[in-house]
Amino acid sequence: MPQDITFHDYQTEDYYDELFDAQGRPRPGAVLLAEKINSLPPGELAQRRDEIDRALLRMGITFTVYGDDEGTEKIFPFDVIPRIIEAYEWNHIEAGLKQRIAALNLFLNDIYHDQQIVHEGILPADLLEKAKSYRRQCEGLSPPRGIWCHITGTDLVRGGDGAIYVLEDNLRCPSGVSYVLQNRLVMKRSFPQVFEASRVRPVIDYPSRLYQTLTHLAREHVGEPTVVVLTPGIYNSAYYEHSFLAQQMGVELVEGRDLAVKDGFVYMRTTDGFERVDVIYRRIDDDFIDPQAFRKDSMLGVPGLMDVYRRGRVALANAPGTGVADDKVIYAFVPEMIRYYLNEEPILPNVPTYVCSREEDRNYVLANLDKLVVKAANEAGGYGMLVGPHSTKEQQYEFARLIANDPRNYIAQPTLALSRVPTVVGDKIEGRHVDLRPYILYGEDIWVLPGGLTRVALKKGSLVVNSSQGGGSKDTWVVAMNEQQIAESETPL
Amino acid sequence: MTLEKASFAMLSRVAESIYWMARYVERAENTARFIDVTLNVILDQPENTNQQWDPLVQTTGDVEFFREHYGDSTPENVLRFLTFDAEYPNSILSSLNAARENARTVREAISSEAWEQLNSFYHFVKRAASNGRLNGPAQIDFYQEVKQHSHLFNGILDATLPRGKGWHFANLGRLLERADKTSRILDVKYFTLLPNAYDVGTTLDDLQWSAVLRSVSAFEAFRKRYHTITVHRVVEFLVLDGRFPRAISFCVNWANDSVHQIVGSPLGAYRNEPEQRLGRLRAELVYADVDSIINRGLHEVVDDLQRQLNDVGSAIHETFFAMRPVEQIQATQVQQQYQ
Repeated sequence: MPQDITFHDYQTEDYYDELFDAQGRPRPGAVLLAEKINSLPPGELAQRRDEIDRALLRMGITFTVYGDDEGTEKIFPFDVIPRIIEAYEWNHIEAGLKQRIAALNLFLNDIYHDQQIVHEGILPADLLEKAKSYRRQCEGLSPPRGIWCHITGTDLVRGGDGAIYVLEDNLRCPSGVSYVLQNRLVMKRSFPQVFEASRVRPVIDYPSRLYQTLTHLAREHVGEPTVVVLTPGIYNSAYYEHSFLAQQMGVELVEGRDLAVKDGFVYMRTTDGFERVDVIYRRIDDDFIDPQAFRKDSMLGVPGLMDVYRRGRVALANAPGTGVADDKVIYAFVPEMIRYYLNEEPILPNVPTYVCSREEDRNYVLANLDKLVVKAANEAGGYGMLVGPHSTKEQQYEFARLIANDPRNYIAQPTLALSRVPTVVGDKIEGRHVDLRPYILYGEDIWVLPGGLTRVALKKGSLVVNSSQGGGSKDTWVVAMNEQQIAESETPL
Repeated sequence: MTLEKASFAMLSRVAESIYWMARYVERAENTARFIDVTLNVILDQPENTNQQWDPLVQTTGDVEFFREHYGDSTPENVLRFLTFDAEYPNSILSSLNAARENARTVREAISSEAWEQLNSFYHFVKRAASNGRLNGPAQIDFYQEVKQHSHLFNGILDATLPRGKGWHFANLGRLLERADKTSRILDVKYFTLLPNAYDVGTTLDDLQWSAVLRSVSAFEAFRKRYHTITVHRVVEFLVLDGRFPRAISFCVNWANDSVHQIVGSPLGAYRNEPEQRLGRLRAELVYADVDSIINRGLHEVVDDLQRQLNDVGSAIHETFFAMRPVEQIQATQVQQQYQ
C-alpha cells in the first residue's frame, strides 16, 4: 500500500518556515503547490521522486564517493518540494546583492591600488596585511573594464527573526549553479502543471548571460572573442559543472596542459595547431593558475599566464586576488565598505560578527564560547570551526587558546535558528534547515539570477548543508511580478 | 548557403578523447558480437564446447593474459574474461569504463543525448557485472542488448553531432577499430576452420562460416550477393566489399574520407601521414582481388593489414593528439598564413 505523502500533518515547530506561516497556513506563493501535493494520488509523489533520482543518474549528475573501491557514484540528493520566494522579498534580496557586489568590486580595486579605505582608517591596515588571500602580485593591476568579481555566489540565510542575512561572499570560484539549472529541468518535467500555474521566473538564460559577461571582457578590436572554461580536470568535484557550463555556452573546456603562452599571448593546442584565447573563465584557484606567479609546484596552471593578463592580452574571470574579500574578518567590514564607497546604508545585513582582534569583541567571545559559532578567517567548508552549543569544554578551551594566540584569525557569530523548508523524508514531510546561494554576474551591469541554489541539511536538526556532510538541494522558485517573464514548462535543454 | 569557416579547430586532447570513446564502444560491441555468435553456434552443436571458446581468446590477441589468469578455455572462464573482468583492459566492462571516462572529459564536446546513452550503457553493464554470472536466455539477451546499446549510441552520435571534426574523429575511431576486429575474427576462424579438410563443403563448415558472417551482421547481406557460402566468397566479402559497413575495405575507405575532412585536403591527395597511410591502404584494398589474397595466404594478408592499421593509429596520434612544444607556435602561425 503506497503511503500518502501530504502536508496534512506538517509542523513548522516554531521555526521560520519558507512555505508555511506560524499558523500552519501556506504562504501566498505556496498555496498552489500545497494544494497540488495534497491532491496527488497515493504513491505519486514517491514515484516522481524516484523518477527524478533515476534521471539524475542517467544524466550523470553525480559525484564520486572517495575511499570506495567500487568507485560508487552518488547523485547530489535532490528534494522535490521547492523553496518559494515571494516577488517583493526577492526584489529586496536582489537590490541588496547588487549593492554589495558594487561595493566589493570598488573595495578590490581600492586595496590593490591606493588603499584609501585603509588610509582613512576604516579598515585597519594590519587586518589587510594579514589576510592570507591578499595577493601582492595583483597590486597595481587594472583588470579589463575595471571589473574584478564577475561571478559571485553569495550565501544567504534567514534567521529566526525572519530577516535575511549575508553569511559569506564567495568571490573566487563559486560552484553550484549547474545544479540550479538541472534542478529546474527535472522539476519542470515532473510537475509541469503546478509549475506553470505558480508563475516562476526562469533561470534558463544563465549560460547566455554568463557568456555575455565573459565576452564583455575581451579587447575591443577582437571581433568574435575566443572564450574558454579552464578546469583543474576530471578529478575535481565540480568538474561536472565546468563541463556543463562550457557545453551550454558552446565554448571549449580546457585544462592547463591545453594552453600555452608564447610571445605575449595565450594559445590553446588544437588539431589545427595553436589558436589564440581571449577570455578565460577559470575554475582554478589563484594559487594554481600560474606557477611562475603563484605556487611553483602547480601542475594545473599555465606558466606565464599572469604576465599576459597584466599586459591586458587575455582576460581572467574572476580576476586573481578577489579571494581577499572572502576572508571572514574582511567580511565583517562589508557594511562599512558599502557606506564608504557608495554612501548608502546596507540593504542586506551581515550576520552579527565579533572580530576577535578588537579587544572588546574578543572578551565577549571568550566569555561566551558555549553560545557562539567561532570561525577561522581563512578556512572554508566547515573547517577550523567551533559550534558552541554542540561543543565540549575541551573544544572550547582549545579555541580560547587559538584565539588568544592569533586573534586576527578568528571571528564569532551567534548561532542562528536557520529557516526551514518542508522536505520529503522517507514517507513523510518534515521541516529541514536551508540556506540560499544566489549567483551574481558583473558584466555591462550587475545581474542576479532569480533564485539560486537552495541547499538543505537532510539530517534532522542539522544546520550543515554541505553535500559532503549529508546535504541536498532544492529547486528555488522566485514568483514573478505581473510584467515579468515566467519560465515555460517545456524548455528543451 | 554561405560558406563559413569549414570546420572549427578542436582541442587535441578533446579530439583524442572522442576518438578513443568511439573506439572503445566499438570494441565492446565487437566482443559482444563474438560471444553472441559463439553462444548461438553452441546451441546448434553442443559437444566439445571448449573448442568453440578458445578461438575467442585468440581473437583478442591477449592469449598470455588469459592463460596466466584463467588457464583453460572453459565457457565460464572465457565469458568472465571477455565480459566482466575489470583487470583485463579489453573486456566489455573495461572498454565501456574507458569509453565513458573519455566521454566524461569531453561531455561538453559531444551531445548530451550521446553522453546520456553512453552513461546508461555503462550502468547497464556495470549492473550486470555486479549481479554476477549470466545463465541461459539471460546470457544471450545480455550480449544482444550490449549490441543494441552500441547501435543506439552510434545512431545518436550520427543524428546529433554536426559533421565537424568531433564527428569525424569519432568515426575514425570506430571504423579503425571495426576494421581491426573484422580482420581478427576472419583470421582466427580461417585458422581454426581451414585445416579441417574433411569439413570443407560439409554442413558443419557452412554452419561455422555462416556464424562468422553473423558475428559481423553480414549473413543476410552476403546471402543476397552470393547465395551459397564458399571460403573465397566469405573472404572477398569481409575484406574487399566496398558497400557492407563492417567489411574492411568499407571501413578503410570511410576512415580515409573522415581524415581528409578533418584536414581539409581533397581525396586522392595528402598533407600528412595519416592521410597518406590511409589513402595507400585504401588503394591497396580497392584494387586487390580475392585470389591473390588466398594465394599469398590469408593469415599473412591479415597480419599485414593489422600492422598497417596500427601504423595509421600511431600516425593519427602523432599528427593530431601529441602535445607539441611551445616553440612550434611561431612555425604554425607562419604555416597558416601560407595556407
